[in-house]
Amino acid sequence: MARKKDIRQNNKRLVQKLAVVALAMFGFGFAMVPLYDVFCEITGINGKTGRVDAQAAAASKVDKSRTVTVEFTGHTSSGLPWEFKPLRKKIDVHPGQTVVVKYYARNMSDEAIIGQAVPSVTPGQAAEHFNKVECFCFSQQKLAPGEVKEMPVQFVVNPGLPRGVRTITLSYAFFNMDKASAKKYGAKGDRASNRNHRHQVKADPVVASGG
Amino acid sequence: MATATAHHGAHPTGISRWLFTTNHKDIGTLYLWLALILFFVGGAMALVIRAELFEPGMQIVDPHFFNQMTTMHALIMVFGVVMPAFVGFANWQIPMMIGAPDMALPRMNNWSFWILPFAFVLLSSTLFMQDQGGAPSAGWTLYPPLTIQGGIGTDFAILSIHMLGISSVLGAINVIATILNMRAPGMTLMKMPLFVWTWLITAFLLLAVMPVFAGAVTMLLTDRHFGTSFFDAAGGGDPLLFQHIFWFFGHPEVYILILPAFGIVSQIIPTFARKPLFGYNSMVYATASIAFLSFVVWAHHMFTVGLPLAGELFFMYATMLIAVPTGVKVFNWITTMWRGSMTFETPMLFAVAFVFLFTIGGLSGLMLAIVPADFQYHDTYFVVAHFHYVLVSGAIFAILGGAYYWLPKWTGHMYNETLGKWHFWLTVIGFNIAFFPQHFLGLAGMPRRIPDYALQFTEFNQWSTVGAFLLGFAQLLFLYLVVQTIRSGKKASTQVWDGAKGLEWTLPSPPPYHTFATAPKVK
Repeated sequence: MARKKDIRQNNKRLVQKLAVVALAMFGFGFAMVPLYDVFCEITGINGKTGRVDAQAAAASKVDKSRTVTVEFTGHTSSGLPWEFKPLRKKIDVHPGQTVVVKYYARNMSDEAIIGQAVPSVTPGQAAEHFNKVECFCFSQQKLAPGEVKEMPVQFVVNPGLPRGVRTITLSYAFFNMDKASAKKYGAKGDRASNRNHRHQVKADPVVASGG
Repeated sequence: MATATAHHGAHPTGISRWLFTTNHKDIGTLYLWLALILFFVGGAMALVIRAELFEPGMQIVDPHFFNQMTTMHALIMVFGVVMPAFVGFANWQIPMMIGAPDMALPRMNNWSFWILPFAFVLLSSTLFMQDQGGAPSAGWTLYPPLTIQGGIGTDFAILSIHMLGISSVLGAINVIATILNMRAPGMTLMKMPLFVWTWLITAFLLLAVMPVFAGAVTMLLTDRHFGTSFFDAAGGGDPLLFQHIFWFFGHPEVYILILPAFGIVSQIIPTFARKPLFGYNSMVYATASIAFLSFVVWAHHMFTVGLPLAGELFFMYATMLIAVPTGVKVFNWITTMWRGSMTFETPMLFAVAFVFLFTIGGLSGLMLAIVPADFQYHDTYFVVAHFHYVLVSGAIFAILGGAYYWLPKWTGHMYNETLGKWHFWLTVIGFNIAFFPQHFLGLAGMPRRIPDYALQFTEFNQWSTVGAFLLGFAQLLFLYLVVQTIRSGKKASTQVWDGAKGLEWTLPSPPPYHTFATAPKVK
């Protein structure tokens, strides 16, 4: 019987330890969110761009021996009824040269909407060398009904850019910050739009399936 | 024995026996039946997929329902068939193999099981909610942004995953406690049967990653309904983050699905080769190394998302490194058979097929691990072929082989060997016709999870569909055979297989309700 009692004691102690492990791993899942950000910041991956102040940008040495083509693109998410596009499709720059380009946005709805642009740079290894001095993506943008806005992006390509990179693409995705408003203007996620999607699919299956 | 029966009193009969049971054999039986029932549910879904893919164009189901089928087939097969079946084996076998009277925590054991049927009712009920978007349809990997946009099915899937997670974690704790604390005197760790070893390591994997998965789906849930933006780019989140968290769980998960299979095969092969397992120690270390490596290879599922070069190289080499301990295992199984006096009863046929076909799956896995090659193979039928070679001819074949191997012990009756052999050959032929052509389809560029395809893929798809139906219907034979063995059949001896070694073979067939109430002495 002594053995039985020992086993029960041991089981209890072991179960407590293992339960702590399970809880800790549940926490670790959430801890991966900030860890992932920190990791991306340190390594400069994930297409996140750098930010420098105007003085630092002006001080950077211009490398006239190289020319890099920077392409611009942008789109809005389905919940944002704005027209949004770059005013220039591309520009040739020397690394170290500070450049300003403009994006165009127009609110096509009849109410004021706040949007947030999220930038992305490809190829990924160029992202950490693409530094912005000023950008409309640094803050939220509010457009009154029908308002048109030209929004500047001031950037400098770091001369440390790998030599193999000759073209950089800067892309913006513009999101509606108000989830209720986003839904109103057609962001998927509500059941009704899901249902519509299904019916549309039924009507034209081959096209919808991408086959 | 006397104290044990006095302690428990007369056990209830009928439905309450199964509802309230804390007996490891009863609970093992419940797990195995649940797995078998869901095997047919998930299999039927696979046949819907294959029927639709018999011809190009849309014939039977609409694309949205097709997506529900691929998603539900995977969720059910992974969480409803392979995992419960292995837990069923663990419940029946671990106490009998280490000379313990029962699992360490019998009440919790009951709870771990009874969560499952409710979880699967919750999950499957979404099929009847087609007006609300139906079952989850974004693939079993549940990637956002699709899962953030999906209908009510996603919420049901998330809640049922929470339940499955609780069940698995409790089960894992129970297995670890049983193995570490309940071994008979003299049963040192390095004397344990390999099935017990593989389950011990699997249980640690479960404990480490199921909570991470629960966390990931909780984030999905709060993104969907409570205004957080973990994965929602609009709010500063990152959809790619989900893939990292998911595969941090997902890769150890695939070893959760295969390590107990390694264990079962390592029991069967020595029995029918009539030789002790070659390289027992190296088997244990190989299993542990595979489990360890499984934590540092997750991004090989995400080579095409735009990882930095250093990341791609690291994950490629780490993945390829897994081939070394796996190779050790395959080598040991073959060496165990080498010059053995082999006979080929049904369990051995499944075990040999396992070694052969699982190795093919391992090889296509190595091909997928090569980054530049993966850019072509990614999300094609080559991947589908690969994971069915490791999961069907790996996990499922081991489960079927294990069922034949221990069924005489559990039921006290020999199964019908002729029927068993028929089942084996139909299964192995159907399986290869179904999945081998999918390698070619993938190499030729057919994408997965799409209900339609270009004309040039027609012939291989038709082969695949014919094979899938053969494979599916052959399993009815297995169901018939199991029922037949339970109800009738030649009386099985204590030893059952003349080459079988281990404590479970010292017990009568079927073993009494309570076994090893007095611990046996292990030399």
